Amino acid sequence: MSDAIIPALPRPAPPRRLGHAGFWLAAAAAAAILILALRGMGSEYAYFAATFVLQYVVLATAWNILGGYAGYVNFGAAAFFAAGAYTTVAVGKAFGLGLLPCIGIAAMVGGALGLGTGILTLRLRGAYFAIATLCLSVVLQTFIVNWSYVGGSRGAYILRPRDVPFGFDSYGGYLCAVVLVLAAAAIAIARSIEVSRLGLGLAALRDDEAAAEAAGVPTLRLKLIATSISGAMMAVAGAPLPYLGSYIEPTSAFGLSYAVNAIAMPLIGGTASWAGPLIGAVLLSSLQQAATVTISSAANLLIVGVVLVVFVCVAPRGIIGLFRRRR
Amino acid sequence: MDPDLALLLNGVVSGLLLGGLYAAAAAGLSISFGMLDVVNIAHPAFMVLGALIVALLWAATGLDPLLLSILLAPAFWALGAGLYVIYHHFFERRGDEAIQGLAFFFGVMFIVEVGLVLAVGPEQHFVDAAYAATTWRLGEIDVPLRMLVPATVALAAIGALALFLRHSFTGRAIAAVAQDRDALRLLAIDPIRIKRLAFGISLAFAGLAGGALVVVQPVDAWSGHVFIGRVFAIVIMGGLSSLGGCVLAALAFGVVENVTASFFGPSWSPAVAFGCLLLVLAVRPQGLFGRMA
Amino acid sequence: MEGLSRRGLGHAALAAAITVPAMAKAQTAASGPPIRIGYSMSLSGGLAGNGRPALLAHRIWAEDVNAKGGLLGRPVQLVHYDDQSTGAQVPGIYTKLIDVDKVDLVISGYATAIIAPAMPVVMQRQMAFVSLFGTGVNADFKYDRYFSINPAGSQVKETFAKGFFDIAMAMDPKPRSIALVNLDSDFHQRTAESARFLAKEHKLRVVYDRAYPPSTVDFSPIIRSVQAARPDIVFVGSYPPDTAGMLRAASELRANFALFGGPMIGPHITAQKLQLGPILNNLVVWDVYAPEPTLQFPGTQALIERYQPLAAKENTDALGHYVPPLAYAQMQVLEQAVKRVGRIDQAALAADMHANSFDTVIGPLRFDALGEWAEERNLYTQYQGIQGNGIEQFRKAGTQVILYPPRYKSGDLRTPYTAGA
Repeated sequence: MSDAIIPALPRPAPPRRLGHAGFWLAAAAAAAILILALRGMGSEYAYFAATFVLQYVVLATAWNILGGYAGYVNFGAAAFFAAGAYTTVAVGKAFGLGLLPCIGIAAMVGGALGLGTGILTLRLRGAYFAIATLCLSVVLQTFIVNWSYVGGSRGAYILRPRDVPFGFDSYGGYLCAVVLVLAAAAIAIARSIEVSRLGLGLAALRDDEAAAEAAGVPTLRLKLIATSISGAMMAVAGAPLPYLGSYIEPTSAFGLSYAVNAIAMPLIGGTASWAGPLIGAVLLSSLQQAATVTISSAANLLIVGVVLVVFVCVAPRGIIGLFRRRR
Repeated sequence: MDPDLALLLNGVVSGLLLGGLYAAAAAGLSISFGMLDVVNIAHPAFMVLGALIVALLWAATGLDPLLLSILLAPAFWALGAGLYVIYHHFFERRGDEAIQGLAFFFGVMFIVEVGLVLAVGPEQHFVDAAYAATTWRLGEIDVPLRMLVPATVALAAIGALALFLRHSFTGRAIAAVAQDRDALRLLAIDPIRIKRLAFGISLAFAGLAGGALVVVQPVDAWSGHVFIGRVFAIVIMGGLSSLGGCVLAALAFGVVENVTASFFGPSWSPAVAFGCLLLVLAVRPQGLFGRMA
Repeated sequence: MEGLSRRGLGHAALAAAITVPAMAKAQTAASGPPIRIGYSMSLSGGLAGNGRPALLAHRIWAEDVNAKGGLLGRPVQLVHYDDQSTGAQVPGIYTKLIDVDKVDLVISGYATAIIAPAMPVVMQRQMAFVSLFGTGVNADFKYDRYFSINPAGSQVKETFAKGFFDIAMAMDPKPRSIALVNLDSDFHQRTAESARFLAKEHKLRVVYDRAYPPSTVDFSPIIRSVQAARPDIVFVGSYPPDTAGMLRAASELRANFALFGGPMIGPHITAQKLQLGPILNNLVVWDVYAPEPTLQFPGTQALIERYQPLAAKENTDALGHYVPPLAYAQMQVLEQAVKRVGRIDQAALAADMHANSFDTVIGPLRFDALGEWAEERNLYTQYQGIQGNGIEQFRKAGTQVILYPPRYKSGDLRTPYTAGA
C-alpha cells in the first residue's frame, strides 16, 4: 500500500510520544480487542453498525491527510470512494478475485487517481482546488455511468461468497474485521505521517505555501504525495462497499453524503491530529446510524448539517481543540 | 435549410436560452464567490428555496412566478445579509474562512434542503406561467417563451446589477472590496457593511434564479444538486469577479451542452462541459475571461 | 423567514408523528402478541414521492386487517424505517429489523435500488420476501423465497414493450421507422432493450437510439434530434422530472408523431397529470393501473376511496393510481399466504406463494420460479380528451383508456400525438 513512501523519509526524533512501531502495535492491539468484543456480542447488527462506522473512520482519516494536514479541501471524496468500490466490482468480475486483493488494487487505483488529480490541479489552491475535485467527481460518475462492463447506470450485483474465510461466524463478521484492520492501518498511517517530516512539510504547505516554497520545502512533491496517499486510502475505504450491500449503482456510490461526511467528520473531531477524524467519524456515523433506526424520518439528515454548522461555528478546532483549550 | 444546419442553429439558440438560466443561477455566486471570496456552496440550495417559495406563493396568489421572485428579492437580501453576519462573526473575523467556511456552507446547504423536505414534502412542485405554452417561430428556429422569458428577465437583472456596480458609489465599493479590502478603510468605508450588502444581493439573485428555474422545470428539494457543479464551473470559467465573463461563460456552457446533446447524444454532455472546466483550470486558472491576477 | 422556519418546525413535528413506526391499533377481536412486519421505506430523498403513498397503502391494509380481527387472531404491526432513498442504509435497517426488533415477516421498500441491498440480509435469514416495483432483482440472486409485485414479469426483454409495438403495428399505415430515447437508469435500460428487440422483430428501422443522463435540464435538443431523424413512432423511457421536460419540449417544438410514448413515468404522479393537462392527449403510456371499468377487481375502488382523503390530509399523491394498489397487493399476498399456512413459517410461506394464486386489488396473480409474475400485465394506456388542468376528469373512466392487453381494452387508439396542439 501507499505507506511504503513513509519509511523512505528520514525519521525525526519524536521526543514526547510513542514511536512509529509502538503506535502501530497499539493500533493492532486495539483492533484485535475490538474484533474479539464484536465476536463476543455475536449480533449481525453489531457487525453491520461497526462496519458502517469503521468505513467512515477510514474515509475521514484519509480525507484529513490532504484536508487537515495540507489544508487542501477535497469535495470529491465520493469520487475516490466510488473509484474504490468500482475497482472491486471490475476486478472481481474480470479476474474473479476476492475482497482482499481487490482492496490492494483499489489502493493503487485510488493512488493513481489522486496523483492525477494532484498533477491536474498543481497550480490550484483553496476553493479552486475544492471545485476542481467536485468536477472530477462529476466526470468520473459520467464515465462509470457509461461503462457498461461494471453495470453502468443499471448497477452491479456482487454476491457474497458462500464460504466464510478464516473461521468467522458469518460473512458480515469477516467484512467487519477486514474494515477494522483497514481502519487501524489508516489511523496508524495518519499518525506516522503526522509525526514525520512529511507531516511537517504538509503543515508548512497549509500555513503558507509560498513561504514554504521559498524556504526550500518541495511543495509540489509533498502535494502530490499527499493527494496520492489520501486518494489511495479513500479508495480503500470504498473497496468493501459492494460486499456490504451486494448491489452498487452510481447514484448512491457517488452520493453527496459521502462527500459531506468525509469533510464533516474531521472538522468535528479536529483536523490537526489523527485522533480528530477518528472521534468525528465514530461520533457522527454512530449518531446517523442510530437516528436511521430511531427517528427515522427526513429529520435525521438534519443531524449532519446542524452538527457540522454548530461545530465549525463554536468549536473551530473540533472536539480535540475544545479539550486542548480547556487544559 | 439544410437539416444539419437547422439542428446546429437550434442547438445554439436553445443552448443560449439554457445559458440564460445558468447565468441567472451563477450571477449571484459570481458576487459571493468571485468578489467576496465567500465560497457559498449552498447557493443552488437557496435558489431551490426561492423556487419552492415562488411555487407556493404562485399556488396561493396566481401571480406571475418571475414577478413573485422579484418581490421576494428583499426577503432574500435580508436572509443573505443575516447569513453574512454569522459567517463574518465566526469565520472571517477569525481568519478561518478556508476550510471551516466551506464546511459551514456545506452544512447550511444540508439544512436548507432537509428543511424544505420537512416543510413542503419530497414531491415536485411546479408553476404554470401564462406564457409557458407559447413558442415563437423564426423560420426553422423555435424560441419557447418558457425558456426565453426567464432568460431575458435574468439577463436584464444582471445588466441592472452591472450598471449598479459600475456607476453607483456603493457598487464601486463592492467592486473595490473584491480587489483590496484595506483600501476601502482609507476611504472611510466599512468593508464589512459593503460585504454584507453584496452578499445580500447575491442571495437575492439566488431567489430570482429560483423563480426562473421553476418556470423552466418542476422543482423538488434536491434540484439544486444538478447545478452545484455547473454554477461553480461557470463562475470560474468566467474569471470570478467579472459579471460579463460569468454571463458569457454561462451562455457558452449552455451551448456546449446542447450542441453536444444534439450531435453526439445527451449522455456525453455533462462530461464534455466539465471536461472543459478541468481543462480551463489546468491551463488557465484565472478563467477564460478573467484578467491575470 | 421567521414564519417559514416556524412552520417548518410544525411540519417536522407532524412528519415525525406520521413516520414513527405505525402502531396499528389492536382491535378487540385480535389478541396476543402482534405479528410484526418489518421493512425499509423511502420517506425522504428521491424515491419518497412514491415511497410515502406506498406506506399509506400499507397502513390502510393494516387497519383493514386489524378491523377484521387481525392475522391468525393476532394484530398486525408495521415496523418501518426511512432509508432516505439510499441503498447503503438498507442492509443496516434489515439487520436491525431481524436481529434487534425481531420482526416476524419482512417485505421490501420501493424500487430496485432499495430491494437489491436488502437481498443478502434476507437470504441469509432464509425469510420469504415480497418486493415492490423491483425489476430483474432476482435474476442474479436466484433466491427461491423472493416474490415480486411488479407487472413486468420475468421476460422483460420479450414482453415489456410488446403492447406498444402491437398497437403500433395495427395502425394504418404501418410504421416503418422508430426512435428510441431513454433515461440512463436501470429500469429504462431494460425497457429500451425490450423496444430494441421488438423493433428488430417487427423489422422497424431504428433511426435514433440514445440515452440521456439524469442531470439533463433542457430536453429540446433531444426532441429536435428525434424530429430530424424523422421516425414514424417514438418510444421514450423517462422518469418524472424529465417526462415533464420532454413533453414540454415536444409541445414547444410542434412534435407530430403517429405514435409517441412508452414507459414515460410522470403522468402517473397526480401533480404532473394536472400540470401537463392537454399536452397528455393521445400520449400512449405504460402503466400499472387506470380507473377503467375493464380493470376493476374486488377492493380496488374501496382502496382508492379510502386512500384519497388520507392522501389529501398528509399531502401526498392525490389520486393514488400508481403505487398504492400494488403496495396494498404486496401486503395481501403476505396476508393470504399466512392465512393459508396458518403459522409464521418462512419455508412454508414461500412454498405456498409458489404454489397458489392470489386475489388482490390489482387482480389475480401467480408467481413463477423466480418469483416474478407468471403472466406479465404491462398496460398500455392512452390519455384522451383532456381539457384544462382539473383533477376531476382523471378520476373518471374514459380519460386514460386501456389499449393493451386486449382483455382489459377499454377504448381505441387515437392518432397522431401532437403534444396538445
